[in-house]
Amino acid sequence: MSRIGLIRFVVIAALIGALELACRTGLIDHRVIIAPSEMASALWTLLASGALNADIALTLSMVGLVIALSIVLGFAAGIAIHALPRLRAALDPFFATYYAVPIFIFYPVLIAIFGLSIMPIVLIGVATAIVAMIIATLNGLDRVPRVLGKVARVHRLGPLATALQLQLPAAAPYLFTGVKLSVSYGFIAVIAAEFILSPAGLGREIADAYADFNNRRMYALILFLLVVATAVNAVLHALDMRFAARRSGGRV
Amino acid sequence: MTATRRAADTLLLLLALVVFWEILHRVAGETAMPAPMPTFAYLLHNLTTPRFIANLTTTGLELGYALLLAYGIGLAIGVWMGAHRLSGAVGEPILVSLYSLPKITLYPVVLLIFGLGISGKVAFGALHGILPVALLTMGAIRAIPPVYLRAARTLQLSPWQTIGTVLLPAALPEVFTGLRLGFTVTLLGVLLGEMFASKDGLGAMIMNAVQIVQGEEMMMVAIVLFAFAALANALLLFIEHRLHRRM
Repeated sequence: MSRIGLIRFVVIAALIGALELACRTGLIDHRVIIAPSEMASALWTLLASGALNADIALTLSMVGLVIALSIVLGFAAGIAIHALPRLRAALDPFFATYYAVPIFIFYPVLIAIFGLSIMPIVLIGVATAIVAMIIATLNGLDRVPRVLGKVARVHRLGPLATALQLQLPAAAPYLFTGVKLSVSYGFIAVIAAEFILSPAGLGREIADAYADFNNRRMYALILFLLVVATAVNAVLHALDMRFAARRSGGRV
Repeated sequence: MTATRRAADTLLLLLALVVFWEILHRVAGETAMPAPMPTFAYLLHNLTTPRFIANLTTTGLELGYALLLAYGIGLAIGVWMGAHRLSGAVGEPILVSLYSLPKITLYPVVLLIFGLGISGKVAFGALHGILPVALLTMGAIRAIPPVYLRAARTLQLSPWQTIGTVLLPAALPEVFTGLRLGFTVTLLGVLLGEMFASKDGLGAMIMNAVQIVQGEEMMMVAIVLFAFAALANALLLFIEHRLHRRM
């Protein structure tokens, strides 16, 4: 571990240790925050009992569905919009404003239309995540070097071969940025929707535990989601680093 | 392509959006989704009712306090981590991973600490805004050419003078981008806070409208919020572009 990594580890450990100490000595009321060690043991008990399995499966499969739909549909929409410059010019102001307006405020509206089921959750998740993928696809296609078109003609590549062998690799870094954002946004939107109003899922369980003053359960669930989110982000970050290394390695 | 034609195309798309709304209304039915025109009439009629004004004021107040906190704390962290290399290297990955967490999971904790009133929602809004402001400020200060700092040392400026007359002016355009992003997510945080366990504010109003199946009111709040957020963002973008051009 590098010196900076070591310092970071010590800082985080010290923060958690300080919280543990403050909770154990009663400086922080256990009705407000429970000690980190208690959160971990509560999570362990909860996971071992299997009581959470259904909620975990539901939430994670919904997140997975939202992310898959957003990436596939967003990529397709990006390609289509890129091919229609006039539509794109008209859409640009919408894209520029999209993440500035609280799209999530439409979640209750979707509930009014589709009822309290998983449908509004998936829709709000896709609505939140898909635009990042569309914008990233457009950015990626914009930055495909023009010379690649000439290369394709020189090698007499068909449209499909040009797309797969030249355009896709050239746009890949931008597409990956879109994937990363879609994963992050999709996760956040699904959890938020579950938490605010939903029939089931981990977000709903946290809200219920909060309403029941069941702090052990609530903190166990929060810890679980934070660990999962951090792990997913760490994997994406590692992939990002690997892509970056490969790109700079390829350039002599 | 001329600017007028672009504007006309964008207007056409807005029109298409209203048509889509009308279709949604036909499909979903009157109770779930009111038609566009009656909703606009309802909006104009109800914008000045005391109840709406009261909720609007609450949200505005919460947003104001939350922004004050987010900007203050975010700028402080950003300047510190940007100017002090080791703190920045240690802290940046921590800030980045906090930035991409679903902060809604922490809302119960915020409520337990700050209570159900206005302070809980303000704290939750600020929690959203601090991170982008801190990260972009840090990046902006790091990108300042070292020669500026050498000039500041040559002129024997105090640390505060260095921050005020060299670091901040040089970093301003990027910092302002952070403030704009901070504004967006702080507004989202405040609204999310209002949508859960709250009686006041526009977020609570929209949740209430859904529960009593008041479609026009639901759409009215959504439209007002969208218009406000889009206008505020356009204004902030305009200022940002001018700052960038000045550099």
